[in-house]
Amino acid sequence: MVNIIDRRRNPKGKSLANRQRFLRRAKRQVLDAVNEASGRRKVTDVAGGEQITIPADGLHEPSFRKAAGRGVREHVVPGNKEYVVGDTIPRPDGQGGSGGREGSPDGEGEDEFTFAVSRDEFLDLFFEGLELPDLVKRQVKKAEQYTQQRAGYSVSGSPSNLNVERTMRNSLSRRIALRRPKGEDLQALDEEIDRLERAGTEPERLRELIELRRNKQERSRAIPYIDPVDIRYNRFDHVPQPVSQAVMFCLMDVSGSMTEDMKDLAKRFFMLLYLFLERRYRHVDIVFIRHTHVAQEVDEDTFFYSRETGGTLVSPALAMMRDIIEDRYPVSDWNIYGAQASDGDNTPADNPATTRLMADGILPLCQYFAYIEVGGGQAFHVPSDLWRAYDRLARSESPLAMRRVQTRGDIFPVFRELFTPAELKG
Amino acid sequence: MAPNAAVQQQPLFTGLDWDYRDVMRVYDAIERIAHEELELDVYPNQIEVISSEQMLDAYASMGMPLFYRHWSFGKHFARDEMLYRKGYTGLAYEIVINSKPCISYIMEENTLTMQTLVLAHAAFGHNHFFKNNRLFREWTDAEGILDYLDFAKGYIAECEERYGVRAVEQVLDAAHALMSQGVHRYPKPQTRSLREERDREIERVRYEEQTYNALWRTVPTDPDGELPGGADPVEQRMQRLGLPEENLLYFLEKRAPRLEHWQREVLRIVRHVAQYFYPQKQTKVMNEGCATAVHYYIMNRLHENGQLTDGAFLEFLHSHTSVVFQPEFDDPRYSGINPYALGFAILQDLRRMATDPTDEDRRWFPEVAGSGDWLGVWQHAWREYRDESFILQFLGPQVIRDFRLFRVHDDADEPELVVDAIHDDAGYRAVRRSLAQRHDVARLEPDIQVVDVDLAGDRTLVLEHRVSDGVTLDPGEATAVLRHLANLWGYDVKLYEVDPETERVINEFPQVSPVAPVA
Repeated sequence: MVNIIDRRRNPKGKSLANRQRFLRRAKRQVLDAVNEASGRRKVTDVAGGEQITIPADGLHEPSFRKAAGRGVREHVVPGNKEYVVGDTIPRPDGQGGSGGREGSPDGEGEDEFTFAVSRDEFLDLFFEGLELPDLVKRQVKKAEQYTQQRAGYSVSGSPSNLNVERTMRNSLSRRIALRRPKGEDLQALDEEIDRLERAGTEPERLRELIELRRNKQERSRAIPYIDPVDIRYNRFDHVPQPVSQAVMFCLMDVSGSMTEDMKDLAKRFFMLLYLFLERRYRHVDIVFIRHTHVAQEVDEDTFFYSRETGGTLVSPALAMMRDIIEDRYPVSDWNIYGAQASDGDNTPADNPATTRLMADGILPLCQYFAYIEVGGGQAFHVPSDLWRAYDRLARSESPLAMRRVQTRGDIFPVFRELFTPAELKG
Repeated sequence: MAPNAAVQQQPLFTGLDWDYRDVMRVYDAIERIAHEELELDVYPNQIEVISSEQMLDAYASMGMPLFYRHWSFGKHFARDEMLYRKGYTGLAYEIVINSKPCISYIMEENTLTMQTLVLAHAAFGHNHFFKNNRLFREWTDAEGILDYLDFAKGYIAECEERYGVRAVEQVLDAAHALMSQGVHRYPKPQTRSLREERDREIERVRYEEQTYNALWRTVPTDPDGELPGGADPVEQRMQRLGLPEENLLYFLEKRAPRLEHWQREVLRIVRHVAQYFYPQKQTKVMNEGCATAVHYYIMNRLHENGQLTDGAFLEFLHSHTSVVFQPEFDDPRYSGINPYALGFAILQDLRRMATDPTDEDRRWFPEVAGSGDWLGVWQHAWREYRDESFILQFLGPQVIRDFRLFRVHDDADEPELVVDAIHDDAGYRAVRRSLAQRHDVARLEPDIQVVDVDLAGDRTLVLEHRVSDGVTLDPGEATAVLRHLANLWGYDVKLYEVDPETERVINEFPQVSPVAPVA
């Protein structure tokens, strides 16, 4: 007898759990590969899935094997064309030669290992362990986030919240306490009376029993099976959910001194930041500000995709950030973060203003401010005007962090460094 | 020659597409030939239609429908998937599982001709072999395997919950490294079925939980144990520990001093799985030969009956010839002897000898040649042999000539390889003997045994590799495995390589200490 079963509808991805274990196992190699891959791709699809290649070491599964190239072996090979007994064949060197593969018949070679990771896996790996620093709960926002929490039982509520178990327990204890006749007792009594009636031998006892039955039935009617006092409902409390609000200001220099390469680097950095915040923090506002000699608040599309150019003044961007904070993001309610990317070029006359704005207007309000200086890849780095100005600020106890990014490959490590929580850095 | 060749029947199908009624009709036609003409004796069949993605899933866990979780399966899946997506490899047409009922997976993409081929091949050929071959009969428990795997999966998942994924993974990694040293190669009296094993384990855990008494933990134990004095302590120790022991996983499960109960059970699970697959490793040529010969016979008979159209038959021949294709050694496609080709060729040759023998056949196989009973010979071979003995017994000169087999003597100390036997009268036996040896799993895998434990001292575990033909172990691999072994054992591990003829130590691996003992 044969059984044909269609399994095509069965859930796919049976090996998903194995895949997760594998990815965790290969985390270090995969991270390196993801890092490398992120440098290769275009800025617009930083977030796509990726084919990555990782070295097989660490994922190797060893076993006792016989070594190739030792001792005496006898190979039996098909397809003889010209050999007769006694012929000698030069030893094939390495692989590829005729008959050379016979050398390792038991042991599959494992070199590099290529596989595809999905977009989600890619981003998860990308941002694993990263956090916004010093995110404190400044204020519990009212009426925005509530969760329901079980809070015992109540005597009133909607029928859908009826707790049957509690209700029946109360009912049972009340019935026992008030000695409500049990159903089976009444039935037994009925049967007994029936029997006596039919026999007709003990009229005295019959009368007694009928009287007893009347009493019991009355009692049973008077004491309900389930009384309103028994009923219990599940009670839920609305618990306000503390939401820490945060806003991230992204400041990008798009002036003429920034080459396309530098803009690409800066955009990549912000793209990462954007993806990171989108993925990890549901309650983070993001404000995009780009500046030449004037600053502009723009939406994300314009920020990432439009082209503009002009002179360089940093202070207007900072001033704008300060104004926006004043207008829309009171410090008492919001965690404020800033990230600025620039080539470090600033009109010299603007430096004092910039420093002052940073020191007095921005840094005291910020939880964290990251400054990324993108460079065109000079071998020897000459500190830029902006770098020198910020450097002084960074030395004192301030939330300012500064990094340089030279090539695409630097972005991811720098990004990780900036957002790895201090306790994990050790 | 065929009993009822004269009866012409309607073709079973003409198109490519199929539905269940088609498959049922085809199955019934195949079943009739398989039972009436080939006298196959099979487990009940269960045919499962799956998609290519599910086929990849099945690949990843050793072809089993359910398996415990481990990262290495994820790795294999990732690689297979990539190779498949890039078009480097195709997928198998089927996977068949040695279980009762015998489960065959067939792919939805196959045409009906391919499904016919696959049913004849897997549901009858492999199935008959699984049910009847001596190795499978003695060593595997077709009825219990799925239940046991279900238990294993659940047990390991539970361990992961209780002790952490990392801890379980560590034990599994180590156990997998020792997997091919985790089988009993020589029969012991058949003990318990896998179902009983599972029930016993559940019972054991329940008993321990019921009788657990925290007070016992406080009783001081003597960490070293007492060795009773005796005349020859080494002899006595060997006997007490059951040494030498070649099943390393078994030894560790029973004797490793520091393993927790669950860790022993995990080793036991891996050991049972290894043992279940051991017969398959030893019968690749025979198993595939049997299945291929069966499908070839059945497809031909269907065609003769008129149940298979000429077009379908040509499609079948196309797949069949590529399955039994043997590239020659200088062909870039060559990657060793194709077990399908060799098994099929030997079986076909036996059939030819039985019905149409030559003088040579009468000299080589007097009991087969001209007997006419080719089916009896096949059935006997399928029942009683494994690859090594099958080749040694039945590989005839005709097949050696057809394959143009020759033997190359490869001494690593010599600069050149020497051809020392070819397909001629002087060489047939040498070629046959060597080919048989190359299919002897016990010879291919290194012979490693536990020979001693320094019980009185630092508990160093001593292993010995009995080197054959001067082929020593791959040092990098061996060291990595020893590290795993030391972690399981909990103390140092030593490995010698010994020449079995002179009992001289050829090579000694540095003693390995446990780095991250599992217990």
